[in-house]
Amino acid sequence: MKIAVCAKYVPDAAAHLRLDPETKRLDRSGEGALNQFDVNAVEEALRLKEAGGDGEVVIVSLGPERALEAMRKALAMGADRVVLVSDEGAEGSDLVATSRILAAALERESPDLVLFGQQASDSDGAVLWAAVADRLRRPLISQVAELSREDGRVRGKRQTEYGYDVIEAPLPAVIAVSDAINEPRYPSLKGIMGAKKKPQETVSLGVLGLEAGAVGEAGSATQVYALGDPPPRGETRKIEDDGTAANAILEFLLEKRVI
Amino acid sequence: MKTLVFLEDHGGALQKDSLGVLSRAVSLGGEVEAVLIGSGVDGLAADAGRFGAARVHVADHERLGSPLPQPRVDVLAKLVRDGGFDTVVFAATVLSADIAAGLAARLDAGLNWDLTDLVEHDGRLVGKRPALGDSVYVDVGWSSSPRIALIRSGTFEPIESGGSAEVVKVESEFEEFSLAATMLEQAHEDSEGPSIEDADIIVAGGRGLGGPENFALVEELAKALGGAVAATRAVVDAGWYPYSTQVGQTGKTVAPKLYIACGISGAIQHKVGMQGSGLIVAINKDPNAPIFEYADLGVVGDLHEIVPKLTELVRARKAA
Amino acid sequence: MKPSDYPPPFDPSEFVALPADPEIEVGILIVGAGPAGLACAIRLGQLLEDAPEIAERLGDVPVAVLEKGKQPGSHLLSGAVVNPVSLRTLFKGRFRAEDMPFFGRVEHEAVYYLTAKRAMRIPAPPTMHNSGNFVASLSQLGRWLAEQAEEGGATILPETAASKLLVADGRVRGVQTGDRGRGRDGEELSNFEPGSDVVAQVTVLAEGTQGHLTGVALDRFGLEGESPQVWALGVKEVWRVPKPLDRVIHTMGWPLRGGKRYREFGGSFIYPMGDMVTLGMVVGLDYTDVELSVHDLLQELKTHPFVRKMLDGGERVAWGAKTIPEGGFLSLPKRLHAPGLLICGDGAGLVNVPALKGIHYAVESGRLAAEAAFASLQLGETPTRSGALAGYDESLEKSFVWEDLKRVRNMRPAFGRGFWLGGAVASAATATRGKVPPGDASLEPDADQELISTDRAASYPTADGKLTFDKLSSVFLSGNKTRDDAPNHIRLRTDVPPEVAKLWENLCPARVYEVVEGGVEVTASNCVQCGAITAKGGRLTPPEGGSGPEYTLT
Repeated sequence: MKIAVCAKYVPDAAAHLRLDPETKRLDRSGEGALNQFDVNAVEEALRLKEAGGDGEVVIVSLGPERALEAMRKALAMGADRVVLVSDEGAEGSDLVATSRILAAALERESPDLVLFGQQASDSDGAVLWAAVADRLRRPLISQVAELSREDGRVRGKRQTEYGYDVIEAPLPAVIAVSDAINEPRYPSLKGIMGAKKKPQETVSLGVLGLEAGAVGEAGSATQVYALGDPPPRGETRKIEDDGTAANAILEFLLEKRVI
Repeated sequence: MKTLVFLEDHGGALQKDSLGVLSRAVSLGGEVEAVLIGSGVDGLAADAGRFGAARVHVADHERLGSPLPQPRVDVLAKLVRDGGFDTVVFAATVLSADIAAGLAARLDAGLNWDLTDLVEHDGRLVGKRPALGDSVYVDVGWSSSPRIALIRSGTFEPIESGGSAEVVKVESEFEEFSLAATMLEQAHEDSEGPSIEDADIIVAGGRGLGGPENFALVEELAKALGGAVAATRAVVDAGWYPYSTQVGQTGKTVAPKLYIACGISGAIQHKVGMQGSGLIVAINKDPNAPIFEYADLGVVGDLHEIVPKLTELVRARKAA
Repeated sequence: MKPSDYPPPFDPSEFVALPADPEIEVGILIVGAGPAGLACAIRLGQLLEDAPEIAERLGDVPVAVLEKGKQPGSHLLSGAVVNPVSLRTLFKGRFRAEDMPFFGRVEHEAVYYLTAKRAMRIPAPPTMHNSGNFVASLSQLGRWLAEQAEEGGATILPETAASKLLVADGRVRGVQTGDRGRGRDGEELSNFEPGSDVVAQVTVLAEGTQGHLTGVALDRFGLEGESPQVWALGVKEVWRVPKPLDRVIHTMGWPLRGGKRYREFGGSFIYPMGDMVTLGMVVGLDYTDVELSVHDLLQELKTHPFVRKMLDGGERVAWGAKTIPEGGFLSLPKRLHAPGLLICGDGAGLVNVPALKGIHYAVESGRLAAEAAFASLQLGETPTRSGALAGYDESLEKSFVWEDLKRVRNMRPAFGRGFWLGGAVASAATATRGKVPPGDASLEPDADQELISTDRAASYPTADGKLTFDKLSSVFLSGNKTRDDAPNHIRLRTDVPPEVAKLWENLCPARVYEVVEGGVEVTASNCVQCGAITAKGGRLTPPEGGSGPEYTLT
């Protein structure tokens, strides 16, 4: 069974994240690392491969050349190969353009299963997996907190606001795992040492048959206009309890219509 | 502007957030229509009119009985194309987020998500979204049509404009791959109360509680408010409460409508886990606690007295 | 009362083990991806390039560098003003200083004596002349050196701590790396990954200040020098500022107190880094007042009008802390080699305190270690022969490293006796190039200083979140995300009298220690691994690989 894990290279050191005031996008010039949530997806892929007895785990990523180094963590954990789509023309791609690129890279691999992590630490709430699943024309199960496979089908326990759904789909399928699904392994020293020797391929858009206009800023359908400060929280009120604080709080909650 | 609003239903009623988004769309002007997708959902169409939709498209089909995203993408894609809608708006949920992104791919349409406002500016539709842990806000837009927007939960309040909507039946056609995933078991309401990730209200306890037994005060208040209980790293470290309730840099990040911090100093390691909350109320006996710098209402006092009193008042209020 | 009355539960022999199967074999093992370790790796790469037969003898992984931080640079911190001499030697013919990631040459410099309100320019002591030197972020420099090392063929293994020294038949065989995935009480968690035994023909310890295995090795092979090692603690910040600084600045005096009883030796540095400024407070850990907090002294320093002006309109973008070995020549180990072992850099104590320089010695010692290791692999020689690595000590003693350190050997101990007296001794020593004062002064361990208690803490500024900051937000800025349920890596007696508890609470820049009833409470996950506790009564051991700070600009 061939499992592809879509992994993202994100700026590291959350304390230093900043938006570039000129491009209005995340300043990605500093150090980066493998997105923490994607590590759960890599771990799940490795477990499925180990449970199945054989197979291949391929890491597919879109990013700058130096992303290869960060993807090595996945290789150190046990993944077999990395395919990095790296092309200047892909810069500034939004969801529509990124999903187009990833879908093309995934089609080239033809995996039985595609795994995504829960979210990218640099843009919470991204729902890339649903866009990719649609382009690949494959069934999707997202927010998966528990995954199992039997023959040609996968079964996932999906976390929703109301509890867990249990959903089944035939392979090939696209699964997005939640960070509750597993505790990722630490790479062994042997694994770290062997990572560099594993195949790491960089492909350009041309190799995927994609034209510049279909991706990047030109191929995106959204744009960023401006950066600003968060709306002021409103004045911060501070009171001292003279025995009536509880009433004051209740009034506040009613005033703000929270209850 | 011709807007289509996705109305999500659950437990036999339309979701409040969907109706809030509908109200907002109405205030932005142009033609506003709504869509309802499911099995046996016709009865809910009337509500859409009350909140301002001129027309409600209803796709009722047994294959739409389970809340799965992909068949809904099929229905919406056809409707958007046939109806000539230039804008599609969703209130974000686990389900609708998958639908919106699938639809974006299907139509090659721009999707902006996690929006906390949607306005018209200089003739353009502009969304506002927080970034970098809510420390910065970004104005985003679309460069083509249709425009798809996912609105953060709890952003807009439903406003009745008292009307009635024409109900139109929509024929459902599905792609084969959209029907491949099947639901074996559907989730049911958890009787234990919401988890902290989903809770609208969170009451959190910190070292100021004094001891693990005092978490009972926090639990009582949470129960009275219908919320969840959270804890700081310090008390989880000390074994007073489980790690699954830890909020902060090395715990969970939450953004409920209301966060009541009891005996929490509010150091940055905790702040980054809850600074996106709608309202923050802090109770602490130390007037210099950092949390007072960003709490909407800060109360300097003894939580052991204030919290039980507040619990009583809330219970009384709800009973009335 | 002194901290050494309450020694930590630590026995170095606990960290010596016999190599066990299965082992990972590498050619030459370097512990620490700092300037010393990476210089060693880079030099080895150069030497092996022209000697394929020797490279073959070293196997599949001829040079491996273990780094306990998330990546090279994550645990590197210094001022820093770097003397490029050893880097030039190391990269002769390949790079010039201009090609290295420096923040520009030192164009101007000045030394000031501060009082609470004033800043008086004083002539720079002769040991503190920086023309021809470059300002650098050691963390950034480390990352660049790591890239060069990898290009030269070295394998760098980040997130890997070296926990035990493997010794067999009186020779160092390698190291045992630390476990990962243990819980607070040492229990194995679901993703537990045991450490591995890594064996090599030569092991080079380049662990930096308070090197864990260095301490173990000095004990195991009886290498401790005559005088004990002593340390200073440096706490620094990096600020983005609207108005660039045009000079390298050092200050003495305020906020340190000059009286003999306080033993407050140190000062501050303020260096230009392009559109940023870095400033730090460095204080000897032989201080006596339990209320002294170097972190808070730095905050206080920033409120001085002279300093505040430089930071006006700026934003703090980095913070960190690390100790510096200050014993100098007198505290050097008897030898820096043992069978199968070489010791380099700050771990060996190769720091010139009066000049505030150690990076170029680290690089030089790493380079010489590489040559000694390489020589021991030549035909007719073998690293296992006793004395095979003696060439390292010989070459170090012939180098400028030794010459420099010997010349300034009495300055630091003199400062222990108060600023005024110390200043006079330092001038005499400089003027006579080390002949006066004659003989060797003596050093006492930092933990042996009798404690006093003043109300020093009353004048520390309350954090305002704009100019001054508290310890917790500083730890956050260091990028420290150590998991809360990691085992406690700090060996310490926790049932200590309130004075000692207070000493530790104020000492630690990361708020690891808190005074509680009956002693002290330890929040080990805050630790940024600066090493201060080791100097003053505890013993830091390496925590799980990958934890701790993630410095990038320090």
